[in-house]
Amino acid sequence: MTHASLETTTHRSDGTVRIELRGDIDGSAGGALGAAYDETAGANSVLLDFGAVDYINSTGIALIVGILARARADARPVAARGLTEHYREIFEITRLSDFMTILADEQSPPRDEQGEPR
Amino acid sequence: MSVTDRTVRRVIWRRPRATAVERAVAADDAAAARQPLEPPSLVGEASVEIAPNDPLVAYFQGAVGAVELANLDLDSAALAELRAAGVTLVVPLITNGELIGMLNVGRRLSDQDFSADDRRLLETLAAQAAPAVRVGQLVREQQAEIRARGRLEQELAVAQLIQQNFLPKELPQLAGWQVAAFYRPARAVGGDFYDFIELADGRLGLVIGDVTDKGVPAAMVMAATRSVLRASAQRLLEPGLVLARVNENLCPDIPENMFVTCFYGVLDPASGHLRYANAGHNVPLVSCSGESSDLRATGMPLGLMPGMAYEERETTLEAGACVLLYSDGLIEAHDAEREMFGTPRVVELLGGEADSQAVIDRLVLALDDFSGAELEQEDDITLVVLRHEGGEDAVRDRVLADVLIASAPGNEREAMRHVAEAAASLAITPARLERLGTAVAEATMNAMEHGNGYRDDQDVRLVVSVGDDQLVVRIVDHGGDREIAQAATPDIDAKLEGRQSPRGWGLFLIEKMVDEVRQSSNGAHHTVELVMHLEGARDDARES
Repeated sequence: MTHASLETTTHRSDGTVRIELRGDIDGSAGGALGAAYDETAGANSVLLDFGAVDYINSTGIALIVGILARARADARPVAARGLTEHYREIFEITRLSDFMTILADEQSPPRDEQGEPR
Repeated sequence: MSVTDRTVRRVIWRRPRATAVERAVAADDAAAARQPLEPPSLVGEASVEIAPNDPLVAYFQGAVGAVELANLDLDSAALAELRAAGVTLVVPLITNGELIGMLNVGRRLSDQDFSADDRRLLETLAAQAAPAVRVGQLVREQQAEIRARGRLEQELAVAQLIQQNFLPKELPQLAGWQVAAFYRPARAVGGDFYDFIELADGRLGLVIGDVTDKGVPAAMVMAATRSVLRASAQRLLEPGLVLARVNENLCPDIPENMFVTCFYGVLDPASGHLRYANAGHNVPLVSCSGESSDLRATGMPLGLMPGMAYEERETTLEAGACVLLYSDGLIEAHDAEREMFGTPRVVELLGGEADSQAVIDRLVLALDDFSGAELEQEDDITLVVLRHEGGEDAVRDRVLADVLIASAPGNEREAMRHVAEAAASLAITPARLERLGTAVAEATMNAMEHGNGYRDDQDVRLVVSVGDDQLVVRIVDHGGDREIAQAATPDIDAKLEGRQSPRGWGLFLIEKMVDEVRQSSNGAHHTVELVMHLEGARDDARES
């Protein structure tokens, strides 16, 4: 993978580490995502902040599954926020949402969902 | 200064009767106008043909003033002829140093010799008449030229009529295929032709050819070739045998130095299977998913010699394939610097365009641009484009985008952008468009990775089209032999427990994101079709 378009910043408050994600979560994001999770050592819980994520593909989902697996091994609950409606739906379809708490917050960009999925 | 044949043959000699010097007549129409004033019985008229190599010509050319024929000692047929006609004195008509006629005078009424005054008068008259006579000659020459050109134009018009009469009046309507044709004759009309022949079982004969030479004879040979080919095509299945039969028929009667190049193919529109043979015609070009190939087969032009055999080859024109049959007027067109248009330009223009007519428009535009407006078209230009659209439904589809995407990580975003732009004005909600975008990204990634192995030289072709009630995105890669994978629901529990790879979400996502997914492989290419039904339109269509 030649391009790497994910940037991360970790913020620790109390026992929670918030990983702020910016850019694309695709095949190029593995290194950045893994390094960010490394910084959650000792935390009670992890909050993935997707507020500045433009694109997640299937490889990105596999990477998130990898993070969830590590968090599970570390017994650290994971929550997510800032997901657009579209990716929220994808997290549901893939059942990622069964293994992390999806927070609805005002930072989520509003999306007009006029049409019901057929 | 040479005296041309034209100049001398135009000399008209008026038979002199016994007349006064003033009555002497100039050798042209000016004199003829005066004719009615004279008693007709007294006026004779004859035209003296003087061969350009007659020594008299050279003599008159160099003569100064009036010449007494009695004093001449030349071995000249013209001189004898003039003398026999009673001419005694000749004043050469010279203008711009060129002998353009003669003022011929007979004996004086008084039988006396011409005086110095008489001769001066004649010379003055000749000097004034010469330029006027020359003007008259030029006008006549021009009129003759116009008449000759008119005859040529007429012949060209006949040739054009024959030719156009034998070109197809309409294009074949084939389910799943777009056919377009273009023919533009050069002013001198070459012998280009093309034809579509309906055959048994819904198959279609495709013909393009070119008769060497121009004009009516070429047009006649073209008409004959077409007729024999049509008849043979109905009796013989094999294109090679058809061309061999046409060759046998043409050989005995074709004018010398004339022959016919011709490509003949038999297409099965249902399968895209094409069997073809080529009698020395420009090799048709095929473009499919950014790859170009050609329909090469060896064979001598028709009409050169009997007993020729024609190699027969076959191919399958898969969905998305675009075939161009053309004449040399296309690739051999020149620009102002005498550079040729050439095949590489044509190959480039053929790729990545969906609509057959658009391909033709694009080629003609590029060609005209290349040749420039001031250059006359050298040869006939004939183009026939066939595009395999795939399923029967596809015929009605309007192509919104047809692009090639390089196989490189991250380029699926480019595919998403193309689809979003193409579908922006359609009746589809932003949310559903976003779902389609994800499916497009996943399918493109699969195509780049599994179909093309991320190879630099293998692109992914993305075609976005819209029908009455659906938006279809076709993603085509070069993995024609790869098996068609079935999407299974990934087991996330197993993945989280490390019993399964965390990967394997692509196909599952694609199936969940769009209304329909179709996959096909044909040995060369693998195609994934993603279908989104359009809002409202589908229900309306069902009701109507």
